[in-house]
Amino acid sequence: MASLKKIARRSFLVGSAAILGGVAFGTYKYHQPAPNPLEPGKDKAVLNPFVFVDQSGVTLIAPRAEMGQGVRSSWAALIAEELDVDPGQVTVIHGPAAKAYYNSAMMAEALPGRGYNASDFQHSLGQVVGNFSKFLDLQVTGGSSSMKDGFTRMRLAGASARETLKEAAAQRLGVARALLETKDGQILAPGGVTLSYSELAAEAADIEPQEAELRPAAQWKYIGKPVPRIDMPAKVTGTAGFGVDTRIDGMKFAAIKQNPHFGAGMRSFDAAAAKEMAGVDEILDLGDAVAVVGSNTWLAQQAVEAIEVDWEPASYPETTDAIFAEIEAAFDGSANSTLRDDGDVDELPEGAELIEAEYRVPYLAHATMEPMNATALYTGDTLEIWAPNQGPTIVQKSAAALTGLETEAVTVNTTYLGGGFGRRIEVDYCNRAVQIAQKLKGTPVQLTWSREEDMRQDYYRPGAIGRYRAAVMDGKALMVHGKIAAQSTTQEGAGRMLGLPMSGPDKGHVDAAFNQPLAIPNFRVEGYIAKPMIPVGFWRSVAASFNGFFSDSIIDEMAHKAGRDPLEFRLELARAEWAPAAKVLESVRDMSGWSGKTPEGIGRGVALVYSFGTPVAQVIEVADRDGDIAITKAWIAADLGLAVDPQNTEAQLFSGLAYGLSAACFGEITFEGGAVEQENFPDYDAMRMPSMPAVEVAVLQNQKHMGGAGEPGTPPAAPALANALFDLTGTRARELPLSKRFNFA
Amino acid sequence: MSKTLRINGKTHEVDLPDDVPLLWVLRDEIGLTGTKFGCGVAACGACTVQVDGEAIRSCQLSLGDVEGEVTTIEGLGTPDNMAKIQEAWVAHQVAQCGYCQSGQIMQAASLLAENPAPSDAEIDEAMQGNLCRCGTYPRIRAAIHSAAKMMQEA
Repeated sequence: MASLKKIARRSFLVGSAAILGGVAFGTYKYHQPAPNPLEPGKDKAVLNPFVFVDQSGVTLIAPRAEMGQGVRSSWAALIAEELDVDPGQVTVIHGPAAKAYYNSAMMAEALPGRGYNASDFQHSLGQVVGNFSKFLDLQVTGGSSSMKDGFTRMRLAGASARETLKEAAAQRLGVARALLETKDGQILAPGGVTLSYSELAAEAADIEPQEAELRPAAQWKYIGKPVPRIDMPAKVTGTAGFGVDTRIDGMKFAAIKQNPHFGAGMRSFDAAAAKEMAGVDEILDLGDAVAVVGSNTWLAQQAVEAIEVDWEPASYPETTDAIFAEIEAAFDGSANSTLRDDGDVDELPEGAELIEAEYRVPYLAHATMEPMNATALYTGDTLEIWAPNQGPTIVQKSAAALTGLETEAVTVNTTYLGGGFGRRIEVDYCNRAVQIAQKLKGTPVQLTWSREEDMRQDYYRPGAIGRYRAAVMDGKALMVHGKIAAQSTTQEGAGRMLGLPMSGPDKGHVDAAFNQPLAIPNFRVEGYIAKPMIPVGFWRSVAASFNGFFSDSIIDEMAHKAGRDPLEFRLELARAEWAPAAKVLESVRDMSGWSGKTPEGIGRGVALVYSFGTPVAQVIEVADRDGDIAITKAWIAADLGLAVDPQNTEAQLFSGLAYGLSAACFGEITFEGGAVEQENFPDYDAMRMPSMPAVEVAVLQNQKHMGGAGEPGTPPAAPALANALFDLTGTRARELPLSKRFNFA
Repeated sequence: MSKTLRINGKTHEVDLPDDVPLLWVLRDEIGLTGTKFGCGVAACGACTVQVDGEAIRSCQLSLGDVEGEVTTIEGLGTPDNMAKIQEAWVAHQVAQCGYCQSGQIMQAASLLAENPAPSDAEIDEAMQGNLCRCGTYPRIRAAIHSAAKMMQEA
């Protein structure tokens, strides 16, 4: 198997070069290939860690979490494109937790630079790379990065697998490899001879892996075309296995109660009543939480509710107002970053019209449909975990640390995820299941959080404040000066993930603020970091989810101040900076028939936000329904450079819109006594069938880089809606959720 | 506390307290995991099943109160033998994470049984209790219209 390493090293180098636009990452110690995680069984030839061929057929490894974005299908299509197998005819599995499945594109996103201008990658490279190189260890699904990460590496994996199988056939048949062709998992030899990949598997294992050129786009059969999702039949018949669907012989069910004051301890608890309740086997003291194990999740939930706990109090400000006062206080300190500083924002010429605005957004929960859960079996020597997670190597490492086992003794099985949105990149829910399993040596146990526990024990999207000064003159944008304050998801979340303190200018914190593709001559963006208070984490589109609202809202205010059509105003700024951003605006203008005028009772708003490598424009139309607001239509245009599956990309984009609208209209997590006040969907609602607008999506492919799909649809939703409401009502909403000012039908 | 249930055409004897919701009887006792837990308070519809054809939230129906034939997503069709509505869901590539879709489909199947050609407003009315955090609503709506056509033509 020594020959495998060559492929692993080669594909890493080529892959990262393509992804990073040619920056010099070739000097990292990660040149060394990671251990191959797959131990082939008898008669199995492991061609490389992404392709399995054995007697039963071809299995592709898509080591990214399937949380709704269709990655299992799209990832498989990348391999299948070169391997010549029908993605619908092969098995696609997630595979084990392993370093070999690292995510390089997520690290690329952490590099300095605005992103849309590739040459900016050259700037001050050393500044941030040191910390983030550790991401190379991480097998993570997030940051809208999977296709960017896998695009070259997976096609190379497929191509080398194909050529190696061909070489095996050539040797067996005694013909030159060049005379062989491949189709649908078969080798076609002259004279009508066919050999299946399966029957060549054992021979291929003994052959040095072969190299191959990648096929040109014109030959692609799957990439760029709609491929039916592999998971669809299972998901419409109730047979897809989510985390909560894990069933192991002898498994027990558990429920948990954790301190609503984050990070605080437990003084004591009284479980006298719970002990007597039906279905209860064990009451477990987890030190800072209490759990009930029994024969049924609901019975365990009832019992855990009956436990009286004396919790230690919170060590951070206890109310929403006090927490926001701390966020405001961050403005009094020095800026953590000034990643855009063009021209002069301080001196304004005679005749400039100034706008000052403060925007605020609340903390938000992820509220995945599948509540947090994990199943674990601890034997004393080994630990097996079944979990819907976005980072199996983090789960593995964390569980090993918790139990004192070697990493190799911990097996992580990644199930389907009932929504991720960044929540499942954390490992707290896995660790809780592991803690319980440790106390039930030899018995598998499934821990499912109640919805209330899920909502009150999140890693929240941070609340944030954006303070903007802006100026227009003679109908043109003259100046934008934005200051953004919030807890830092990057510092707190990535620090937690990597186990390292994070420092330096935090690019993630000001994403979608400093790097907007708008030619504004005087343009400065400063990031301010509030002290850690509430646990904050990665929420679909991360800081772009609030910065998009700030930075596009101020543009809309400028357009109105300048007396300009808001779409034309943006278009002028985008054209002068980056053509692909202008094209998405033109696309929504044309799709929506934008005229700058709307009939009585109808309002329209436009927004443009660039994030995760993708410029997205949205137009939203609202209607006055007897004083209530109906969101009737939405048009979305996004430029991904190359969309691996346009039908799936369309789904990701309107999904991002829905997630953004849910937060814009209704989403708010508030605090009282140090605890989250919201408990369940009745007080943390989302878009539903009647409130969801009709959508039209255009997927453009003008830019030269591949952009993300899962996240960039979210940031423009809130500003597009707020701008539409301004158009309809003349009321400028600078605070979310909009339900504070408007009634939605 | 033994109780006999009829689920997807089969008989099940279960021995659990009367107040255990049907959802948790299905999932943790009988092993029919297609029906999902989302909120426990009838606010998301993930646990929707049919009792004598009527869509109900199984998290709110106690075992002791179950009367009639229960149909879950597993009883509607299988990957190899899908119901028309499930075929429509595949044709429109509706599911994203897929967690809510069992409930969405059971709710929609109940709507179509009652109203073979629902309007958009009628779809809004029937489906408003079924939450989808991925926001698949546009494709759910399209799939319901397609399923209505397929069922009328059949």
